[in-house]
This record gives sequence, C-alpha cells and structure tokens, in this order.
Amino acid sequence: MAGLITMDDLTNEEILTILDDAERLLPVARGELYLPLLQGRILGNLFFEPSTRTRMSFETAMKRLGGDVVNLGDVKTSSVVKGETLFDTIQMVDGYTDIIAMRHPRQGAAQYAQDSATVPILNGGDGAGHHPTQTMLDLFTIRQAHGKLDGLKVVLAGDLRYGRTVHSLSHALTRFGCELVFASPEILKMPSEIISDLNAHGATITETEDLYSMIGDADVVYMTRIQKERFSDEDEYARCAGAYKLHADHLADVKANMIIMHPLPRVDEIDPSVDVTRHARYFEQAFNGVVARMALLCKLLGITVPEDVESAGGAL
Amino acid sequence: MSNEHSMRRVTAIRNGTVIDHIPCGQSLTVLEMLGVTGSTSVPVSLVMNVPSKKMGSKDIIKVEDRELTQSELDRLALVAPDAHVAIIRAYSVAEKLTINLGEEVVNVVKCAMSNCITTNLREPLPHRLKVVSKDPLELRCHYCGRPQNLDELVNNVL
Repeated sequence: MAGLITMDDLTNEEILTILDDAERLLPVARGELYLPLLQGRILGNLFFEPSTRTRMSFETAMKRLGGDVVNLGDVKTSSVVKGETLFDTIQMVDGYTDIIAMRHPRQGAAQYAQDSATVPILNGGDGAGHHPTQTMLDLFTIRQAHGKLDGLKVVLAGDLRYGRTVHSLSHALTRFGCELVFASPEILKMPSEIISDLNAHGATITETEDLYSMIGDADVVYMTRIQKERFSDEDEYARCAGAYKLHADHLADVKANMIIMHPLPRVDEIDPSVDVTRHARYFEQAFNGVVARMALLCKLLGITVPEDVESAGGAL
Repeated sequence: MSNEHSMRRVTAIRNGTVIDHIPCGQSLTVLEMLGVTGSTSVPVSLVMNVPSKKMGSKDIIKVEDRELTQSELDRLALVAPDAHVAIIRAYSVAEKLTINLGEEVVNVVKCAMSNCITTNLREPLPHRLKVVSKDPLELRCHYCGRPQNLDELVNNVL
C-alpha cells in the first residue's frame, strides 16, 4: 500500500477529505470520546533523528484510536549503530507492524523505505526534504482559523533553506492558490529548485529579508527556527541566528484574524509576549498534530472515519 | 563536405564501435562517460566539429576492438541521446544499436546530493534517476527528488 512521502502523494480533494475526517475526530483526539477504529493495528515509530511532537503525536493518535505502537527507541541502542542498513531495518519492522512513521536525517530516506516495505510509510521528515504530515496539521490549523485554504496570503519566515516543513507547506499552499512571501536571511533562502517547482505550478511569490514590513496584510505568518544542527559552519550559524524576533509590539497593525504559526520547538524567533495575543496559534497547531495524524493513519490503513463520530463512539 | 568525406578523416576500423552524430564538442564527455581514457590499450579515434548534413556539425568516435554494452549505451543516452552507434566486425557494420533514454535511468549515475540516502554505499536498492524531461534533459533522484546538474553527471557514473 502506498504511503505519504511528499504532498504530491495526495490530490487536493484527498487533502480536503482528510481534513474533514480530522475535524470529525476532534472529540476523540481530546479524549472526550472513545472510538477504537484502529484496534488490533500496530504502528512502528522509527525516529532516527530527535523528535518530540511528531513522535508523541503519532503515538497519541494511534492510541486514541485503540491501536498500539512499537518504537525503535534510541538509535544509539538499536542495530543502526552496529551498521544495519535502512533497508534491513525496514524489512524487520515491516514484519512487525501494519504502518510505519519515520524520521531520518538523510533526504530520500522515506521514499527509500517505502520502496523497501510492504506496509505504508508516513514520512515524518527526511533531512531537509519533506514533512508532509506536518503540512497536513498546518493546513488543518489554517483552515480552522480562516475557514478556507484558497486565496490566503501566507508569510513563511526563518530557515527556508533547510526547513523541511516550509518546503512541503509551500507546495501545498501553492496548489490551493495562496500568495506566498518568503522572508529569510540571504543564506537561508528557499532553494532555487523549490522556487522553480512552485513557479511551474503558477505560484505568486515574493522573496525578502524584511519580515516585519510584510506581515501587515498577511493572513498567516509561519515562523521557523534557524536550525543549528543543519549548519556545518558555526560562524555561518552565528551570522543568521536571531535574524527574526517577532514581538507583540510588531503586531499593532496586523489583520485581526491573522494567525502566527510555528512547527516548534522555538528558540527566540517568537517572543513569549506573542503567546498571549489572539494571533498566537502554535500550541493549538501542535495539538492538531494528533488529529491530523489520526485521520492520516485511518486513510493509509484503509479505515473509513464515520460521518457521525458521536454515534459511532462510546464514553471513555 | 559530404558525410563520406568526413568519415575518411580517420581510417576504417576492422572491429569495434563507431559512435556517430555526437553533438559538437560532446565527444570528450562521451569518452569520459564510457570510461575510455588515454590509458586504455585499445586505439581510439576522435574527430570533432566535422560538417554534417543533419546536424550542421558533429563529433565522431571510433573505438577499436570494443563493442558497447547495454550499460554503456545507457550512459551514452545521457550525453548524446541522438547519437548513432554501429558495431563493426571485419570492416562491415554488423549491428546498429539503438540508444533509448527511457523514463528512468537505473544504476547508471548516482545522485549528486551528498545527503541523499543513496550515498550510503551499503544500501542495496538501485540508484534511480527519473527522466523528468528529455529535451532539455532534466533528471531528478527518485528518492530525494533533487534535480541533477548535467555537468556533474560524468563525476557520478557508477
């Protein structure tokens, strides 16, 4: 069965159906309703790179739907440290599980794993490549706030070069006809091949280093962390760390319904003063990771989410 | 000048391979892609920029006592997809080989991106480059999606 490696694996119609499924699963994600749609199914969590939200939200999503999870655990204590290939690891986990969620430091690892496996692979991030399950929760959060995905103005700021979340998200937003603004330091600009792909899909893109002048008429401001771990040169990191520090004072003239998002963890690109404004949406966004991944697990395992979840579910 | 005259710039070969209709200036790259270097023991003749009715001008290579394999034809397809390849035996054309650039190039060139999963040489799955466009040629790694720099292909031949 096919997995989810990049957003190209889903049509716009499928994206909207999954978001609708996620919407209906909200009471299950909140623990208000028990709906064991995935009882008897096992998710293999293979995180070859550190992860908090993605790994935990996959685990929560599976367990809220009555399924179970096995974890690779710490890479340092697994067979990977003994030199096991990804191919061999996948052969093994493929036999243990019904579906695999995976994060890996190398680009292309998710597609490689899918080619090695018989069960679906959910790409939870491959190097600086793609992070489509994050994109699904981002789209869910945007639609929750604005009631639509099409025609919005979205500012993506920070590390656009190595930030896989913004790579996947900008592809999806372009497909829904959003106007994109890429705000980043020069050395962290969106890769040219991605810009050229987006342009081929009819994107409207503005590139700038000046974030603050671009947020006035934005519907969404999507901040990202400058990722120290992606730099081989510490001096280069030092030159762009702290490039943007969004403070509540910057929000005086923005649209009332503009939302600020962040895939988290943040360092200092969003000041805590923003947390208490009506624009902050990053903690809800992190929660939405559970519901979006619940819907994706159902989709890839071929399980239909009932139209009337309340009637299908039971009390906890 | 006719094609016949241009072919006479080098002598006919008894056995081997003639690669004709190579785009002008590409013959050195073709030799590199085929791993034909100055240190190989077989005689190699090369003519560049000779007039051609079909192409205006072209390059031609003759490699003696060596017949191209399918794998070598696949490599040739990346740099000279419209070249004509003839196998010569006893001074006659024994076989005309067709160069066919398909939808994917498998185990011919590896992805140039240093962080691609395929850079781990112990991983057993094949190196796969998707042919996104044939003219102009555009190749992308099947796994990481990175577009390949055509000038670097020769450095990444498997």
